[in-house]
Amino acid sequence: MNKEKIIEGLLKLSASITILTTIGILYVLLSESISFFKEVSILEFLTDKEWTPLFVNKHFGILPLVMGTLLTTFIAVSVAIPIGITIAIYLSEYAPNKFRKIVKPLLEILAAVPTIVYGFFALVVVTPFLQSFIPGMSGFNSLSAGIVMGIMIIPYVSSLSEDALRAVPKALRNASFGMGATRLQTAFKVMVPAASSGIIVSIILAFSRAIGETMIVAIAAGQQPRLTLNPLVPIETITAYIVQVSLGDVAHGSLEYKTIFAAGITLFLFTFILNNISYYIRKKFKEQYE
Amino acid sequence: MNNSKVNRIKDKAFNYFGIFCTLIGLVILAFFIGNIFYDGITRIDWDFLTALPSRKAEKAGILTAWVGSIWIVVFTFLIVVPLGIAAGIYLEEYGKKSKLSELLEVNISNLAGVPSVIYGLLGLEIFVRVLGMGNSILAGSFTLALLVLPIVIVSSREALKAVPKSIRLASFALGSSKWQTIWHQVLPASFGGILTGVILAISRAVGETAPLIVIGALAYVPFTPSSPMDEFTVLPIQIFNWISRPQHEFTVNAAAAIIVLLIITFTMNGIAVYFRNKWQKKINW
Repeated sequence: MNKEKIIEGLLKLSASITILTTIGILYVLLSESISFFKEVSILEFLTDKEWTPLFVNKHFGILPLVMGTLLTTFIAVSVAIPIGITIAIYLSEYAPNKFRKIVKPLLEILAAVPTIVYGFFALVVVTPFLQSFIPGMSGFNSLSAGIVMGIMIIPYVSSLSEDALRAVPKALRNASFGMGATRLQTAFKVMVPAASSGIIVSIILAFSRAIGETMIVAIAAGQQPRLTLNPLVPIETITAYIVQVSLGDVAHGSLEYKTIFAAGITLFLFTFILNNISYYIRKKFKEQYE
Repeated sequence: MNNSKVNRIKDKAFNYFGIFCTLIGLVILAFFIGNIFYDGITRIDWDFLTALPSRKAEKAGILTAWVGSIWIVVFTFLIVVPLGIAAGIYLEEYGKKSKLSELLEVNISNLAGVPSVIYGLLGLEIFVRVLGMGNSILAGSFTLALLVLPIVIVSSREALKAVPKSIRLASFALGSSKWQTIWHQVLPASFGGILTGVILAISRAVGETAPLIVIGALAYVPFTPSSPMDEFTVLPIQIFNWISRPQHEFTVNAAAAIIVLLIITFTMNGIAVYFRNKWQKKINW
């Protein structure tokens, strides 16, 4: 009896490590950021249009990094969402079962390839290819990084959306066929609306994944924080900035060192909000169909 | 043309568009990988695998990188496996419906979505500095273990959930305690599913770059590590270092090292898929 209690206690402790991890992340980000904001005003951080903490003339405006992050994210999701949702609809409404069973694990390979490899693709293959017909495109740019990231995110969208479509009761589909609708009409007028919450979750996760992606943008998008919507010039994302500083010799406790935590907490807030929205939609969605 | 004909044509068209979208990503990936093999395969030889890093591209090898990766993988495995499976067991078998498990569930789902670079910041402050591990293999392994912990927990839970209640009830009826039931009946029955999750988690850890850069893993390590407290580099960081150099010879090196990394990743994923299929087929409750 006693042994049982001890084991249960140990198991509980292991599970609680995950809470400690979250507390650790919040503590680390907050404590370093607070000491950062003692030296730099939040107003400057949020409104200054330049980010040059490593230069002599220092500016601490996060906007260029946020813009770079949003730009690559937007390009990535414009690739991943249409393709991913089309794949989901095709696999759940059209594809023969055999084909589906072969293709699904193959698509998962896209998400299993290490991101460093995608970074190499973007820099060494995609950028020169795009440069061949886009004159004036820089060697580092958000377009190739974004496109390659989009390809990587496809399976996140397609597999979650497909799960959502398959969770819709068969009766709905059959009723639609019974009314004489084609597969396409059934897919878009019946299935997609019925599975909309699951599909929205997959879209939100695609955004969150793209915002947090690091190596592809660190390699292919450049290291020049810039407030621009031009996808052809070098930019810098929040994640790439953290990597850039980590590669250099920055003394612990210096203002430069603290900037990566201030950048980190900005990044964390973005993904935290998106993840929570998707979690609550998913919870609600579960109740609907069970 | 009447309406129903138009609709049927649209329906057919979407069928082909669907096939096109399904294959486009795979075709591009296949093209990329073919391209990398073309660039790098001739660079791979015994010397490349056993040489130390060098400033000269043609002399440089990946010995310290792959040895570092193995150290990292072994320690990450040792940390994450007991923790992840134990947490999975607690959530699935013990803590159901309690307030704590609800909190744990939201929390784990959140952790799974935290960008890997943030785990690097956590590791940098907690493991490298506060716990005094320095830029060591141990600090890197703890950081990666926390990063892949949600994967192991979630897959362990799913594997445990798949074991039918009747097995547990039968074991209880024979007088087993809760833990005896879990240890002797439920865990062996869910072994395949748990193993799949662990392999996928480790495969993810092998390919991770950003968190290790943040905790201060080095690009240039002149010797192979001999203890978990040593400084280290790993394959992805070596690749990153070579990609960042402008000379073509280093790009070729990077391509060659990527081939090695991809072989490791694909082998692990292949094994995971194999186990998943085998396990799903064998156990048909």
